[in-house]
Amino acid sequence: MSRPVVEVTGLTVRYAGATALDGVDLAVGEGELVALIGANGAGKSTLVKALSGLLRPHAGTITVRGRLAQVPEGREMFGDLTVDDNLRLGGWRNPEGRRGRDTSPIYELLPELSDLRRRRAGSLSGGQQQMVAIGRALMARPDILVVDELSLGLAPLVVTTLVGHLRTLNTERGLAVLLIEQNARLALDMCERAYVLETGRIALHGAAKDLARDPQVTAAYLGGHVEAGGGLEAGGHVEVGGGQEAGGRLEAGGHASGGHVEAAT
Amino acid sequence: MSDLLGYIVTGLGIGAGFALVASGLVAIYRVTRVVNFAQGAFAVLAAMLTASLLGSGVPHGVAELGGVALGAITGLLVGVVAIGRPGTSPGTSLIVTLGLGVLAYAIEILIWGDQPRSYPGVPGVAEVGGARLQAHYLLIVAVTGPVFAVMAWFFARTDLGKALSACASNRYAAQVVGIDVRRMGLLAFAIGGALGGLAGVLTTPVQQVTFDSDVALIVNGFAAAVLGGLTRPGVALAGGLLLGVAQTLVAGYGGGAYQVEVALVLMLTVMIVQAARTGPVAETAR
Ligand SMILES: Nc1ncnc2c1ncn2[C@@H]1O[C@H](COP(=O)(O)OP(=O)(O)O)[C@@H](O)[C@H]1O
Ligand SMILES: [Mg+2]
Repeated sequence: MSRPVVEVTGLTVRYAGATALDGVDLAVGEGELVALIGANGAGKSTLVKALSGLLRPHAGTITVRGRLAQVPEGREMFGDLTVDDNLRLGGWRNPEGRRGRDTSPIYELLPELSDLRRRRAGSLSGGQQQMVAIGRALMARPDILVVDELSLGLAPLVVTTLVGHLRTLNTERGLAVLLIEQNARLALDMCERAYVLETGRIALHGAAKDLARDPQVTAAYLGGHVEAGGGLEAGGHVEVGGGQEAGGRLEAGGHASGGHVEAAT
Repeated sequence: MSDLLGYIVTGLGIGAGFALVASGLVAIYRVTRVVNFAQGAFAVLAAMLTASLLGSGVPHGVAELGGVALGAITGLLVGVVAIGRPGTSPGTSLIVTLGLGVLAYAIEILIWGDQPRSYPGVPGVAEVGGARLQAHYLLIVAVTGPVFAVMAWFFARTDLGKALSACASNRYAAQVVGIDVRRMGLLAFAIGGALGGLAGVLTTPVQQVTFDSDVALIVNGFAAAVLGGLTRPGVALAGGLLLGVAQTLVAGYGGGAYQVEVALVLMLTVMIVQAARTGPVAETAR
């Protein structure tokens, strides 16, 4: 692994008593493609929130060298704003200020969005919204993109297009990606390394091609019993397309949570 | 006929005050989901200060700006108390704003006493299509129009306005892109305070202000705002103007005593219709 852009050690996160993450160690190197797979409720989204500073960890450290941006689970559009405004707001924290909010580079990277720029984000299809969510995250000029449930609720063809974009961004721009997926086959296929999260702990990690052959992984994640997007969480806000905030969302913490280090490159 | 026109223009002037209060409520509610019951107090405080400033020789214009500034500052302070603590639920914040509204009475009486105050606005009588009315009503309308236009431009065209709209649209996504939603909430409170202050400053020359003038303002402002589900400033503007005109007509042709009832009846009707359409009332209050 190259120099890590994200390094997590002993990360523990609790929700009102319940432990969602329990001593998680994980690292993503510069320009690396890493997968994180796990069943519904394993704690994947909790890790994403902790990584982006939206949740204060109970224990452990998170070190980010450079900038991290996330594509949140369920896309989380600003549904009544235009695509262009959605993208523009992605550059809110861009250190270049106003210049950093110029959206034109995104339309070059994701040409499918060009024709949609004046459309209300809430009126788009799931695949289009996912592309907006990726574009919005790219506006922060990240060194690592954390994508929470890339394929959830999307048609296979759309997923292929999105994976293609992520691969291109990786090879041409050196963007590191932490891909969180319930579709383990897709994730292990795209990434070099992978982690398996089970009820808040890293159960396995290693080269993606080794994990793809691991009997435990095959049985649990690649066999017949891949949880078919059934969980509570998926249903709730897949196609909602923003406009409203999901139930028990955490309001706490801004970006400067404990143990979260954000150093400029 | 000329009576009618006079009532309408007068009504628009009064309604503009309601619309400003309503749009302040909407600005705050959209971003924070808090129904701000201290909204009327911003108007009273701003009007009281303007009266004092004018009384001590500060020129028109400056005194009114001072009043609006006090509205904005008070808005910010109410915001700090109501939403400053992370994790406070909108319902709790609402109760806090109610309490602060009552506290404002005490402060107003302590500083200004309990007697009504007023100050001269635009002097004289204007003629509109044969109807005679106080010229100041024209100023109210002439100021409110551009203020709404600027607000629309601000929310739709500037990055700061877009960030506020983003908080209104999807709070979680706003946090994801790094918008400080609490700071935006405080900004919304300050904007709401300025709008409430402007309402008080503009309407005092034609209707006096007492410490409890906020009741009529909040009832009418809320009735106008609730027309648009507390989230649509354009509807709040239309609602405020409509209420102002309706009340003036009721007062002109019927009896002056029924003015607040007009707002209450409208508000209740809207809320009942909305509740019937969307199911639980919680849907609109969320
Ligand atoms: N806001 C919350 N409050 C309480 N418990 C939560 C909250 N969010 C998630 N959880 C719980 O934490 C666990 C991990 O959830 P999550 O990180 O969303 O899992 P995943 O993304 O892997 O499906 C689950 O048991 C879930 O019920
Ligand atoms: Mg999840």
